[in-house]
Amino acid sequence: MVRLDQPTATPARAEPAPSGSRLPRRPRLRRRTAANAGRSFTLTFIGVVLLAAFLSPLARSVLVSIKSPDQVSQASSPVWPADPKVIDYQGQSLTVYAVPLDGGERDLALLTKGRASSTFVDPQDLAAPPITWVGSWRSLTPVWTFAPQLSNYTDVWDQVNFPRLLLNTILIALISMLGVLVSCTLVAYAFARFRFPGRNLVFMLVIATIFLPSAVTLIPTYTIFVKIGWVGTWLPLLVPAFFANAYDVFLLRQYLMTIPREMDEAAAIDGAGPFRTLVSVILPQAWPVIIAVGIFHFVYSWNDFLLPTIYLVGHEDLVPLSVGLAHLSGLHNAQNPGMIQAGTMLTILIPIAFFLLFQRMFVRGIVITGVEK
Amino acid sequence: MPALPVPRPRRMSPLARREARWGLLFLSPWVVGFVAFIAVPMIATLVFTFTNLKLTQTDPLRFVGLDNYAKLISDPQTWDSLRITLTFAALQLPIAVLVPFAVALMLNSRSLRGSDLFRVLWFLPYVVPFVAGVLIWQSMLNPDSGWLDQLLEAVGVTNPPNWLNDPGFIFPGLLFIGIWGIGGGIIVNLAGLKGIPSELYDAAAIDGAGWLGSLRHVTIPLMSPVFLYVIVLGIVDVLQYFLVPLVLNNGTGEPGGQTLFYNLQIYKTFFTYQDMSYGATLAWLLFAVTLVISLVVFRASRRWVYYAAER
Repeated sequence: MVRLDQPTATPARAEPAPSGSRLPRRPRLRRRTAANAGRSFTLTFIGVVLLAAFLSPLARSVLVSIKSPDQVSQASSPVWPADPKVIDYQGQSLTVYAVPLDGGERDLALLTKGRASSTFVDPQDLAAPPITWVGSWRSLTPVWTFAPQLSNYTDVWDQVNFPRLLLNTILIALISMLGVLVSCTLVAYAFARFRFPGRNLVFMLVIATIFLPSAVTLIPTYTIFVKIGWVGTWLPLLVPAFFANAYDVFLLRQYLMTIPREMDEAAAIDGAGPFRTLVSVILPQAWPVIIAVGIFHFVYSWNDFLLPTIYLVGHEDLVPLSVGLAHLSGLHNAQNPGMIQAGTMLTILIPIAFFLLFQRMFVRGIVITGVEK
Repeated sequence: MPALPVPRPRRMSPLARREARWGLLFLSPWVVGFVAFIAVPMIATLVFTFTNLKLTQTDPLRFVGLDNYAKLISDPQTWDSLRITLTFAALQLPIAVLVPFAVALMLNSRSLRGSDLFRVLWFLPYVVPFVAGVLIWQSMLNPDSGWLDQLLEAVGVTNPPNWLNDPGFIFPGLLFIGIWGIGGGIIVNLAGLKGIPSELYDAAAIDGAGWLGSLRHVTIPLMSPVFLYVIVLGIVDVLQYFLVPLVLNNGTGEPGGQTLFYNLQIYKTFFTYQDMSYGATLAWLLFAVTLVISLVVFRASRRWVYYAAER
């Protein structure tokens, strides 16, 4: 963007745009026939409708999270965040209702309530004498004004000690991500590049662990963690991450297999050992999958609910957001849905931002697993 | 001297031995993890099934033979929860296979405009942490303020279901909640669809196949390995299903005991009743059921899965 208050066309500014960004758009080669366009419109329309339905719970939660508790408890209130409209009349605040009168519906402020008839003032003309309307004021619908409010967010922030839980979640996710990346890359490298006796058998064993329900290994592991005093710390969540897991090893191995061996052989001739080859030849080519696995694990860890619940029970200051959120909903679900939804929004914000930032690599990571199996 | 048939020496060349040593070194994190967190605990769990181990042991620890297995067989709650899990699996698996496939077909269609944006948005709920997803859907399915029932009322349904509190509607309710997990399936299906050579569609079109014909004779056969992958991982997942009901109603089994899933039963046996040996027995039964079903699926897959590259 050129700012107007600057001298024009300094040489630095005259540099050509990065290649690609200014190229004229390639003209469409195939002319769309009317039938094609019709089909395209229909399918896209159906796609939009289905997507809207699919994402509607998210939209609803966003709206609920910025509504006041008063509004949520009123069945007739609008979908959008709103407050009943009130006006100030001679020092008292009056609620505005939609009143059906002879000349059509008018927005009037309720001055005196009555079962048989009520009096109203016209918000546009406060000096005018009050208008009397016959009928029960309770049958009238209030007039709403758009009023989003963030008090649910501030309430959650204080109640669950949000900054602390967020920090816990991020630290657990990042430390275990480091462990997963280091250990799984090493193991995947072993499978992708080295021949050793029983390699195929061991690889099948790795894959077979996917079929093992976690309940089968939980109790001895839990018992040992109790014995060595790790329960009530993050160690049961962090340490196993440093010993590789089947999904991520599989993903990384599939990708490493696609990297041509010529470069490692060249590095070997230049005298690089296997470790050096990994760091300076393999890793620079494996970025997409490493990022994909990193995000996978980050999202997985952000998601994890069961293990933190089991290992951090009774340590409210150590739990991640998922546990705090479940706890919050147990306490407040009936009273204030807005607060619960504010909590969910705060919890999903970072994974969603992460995904949107890295979505290409993320998708690519899954593509690798899916195609090769 | 006639050459005797000497068996090839089993010893590896020094170079191969060096390679194997490096390979095992890089493999070692997994080996240590496998032994410490999988193999030993697995065997220990198996041993537990023959003992009377409790979390807080009051009786002296001893071997009880097959008592836990006898209890397992005579425990109606076990079979009831297994029935619940299998019923739910039978409802959920077709959805987990068909819906992502249908969405991927749509996303892969040349007629869809803006398919990149569609793909990102269809995948988005997959990264929503599951506790948050459950709470979002719980609110969505609320019989008074939820949009689904409001929509049903608007189109004339007089008494829309109380999804999550009515024993007759809890499974559909849980299926709604689960629908946000289809993102992974969509991407895997999409990758499979992109891998189908377009010549096959051209050939089908020349043979007079319409959209439905090429779906049936080209797309579905070539996608069958992807279906197998989704089915097998789906089975492993759904047989362990219990976290959503755990968050929804704290594992009480409400409404009407319909959410007493098998894995919930295991965790309650462990952590509520603190009966380690019986919980271990339940866990091993789950493993056995998972293995048997997976093996049956693999066996049956020979009849319907088509591998283009098969030699």
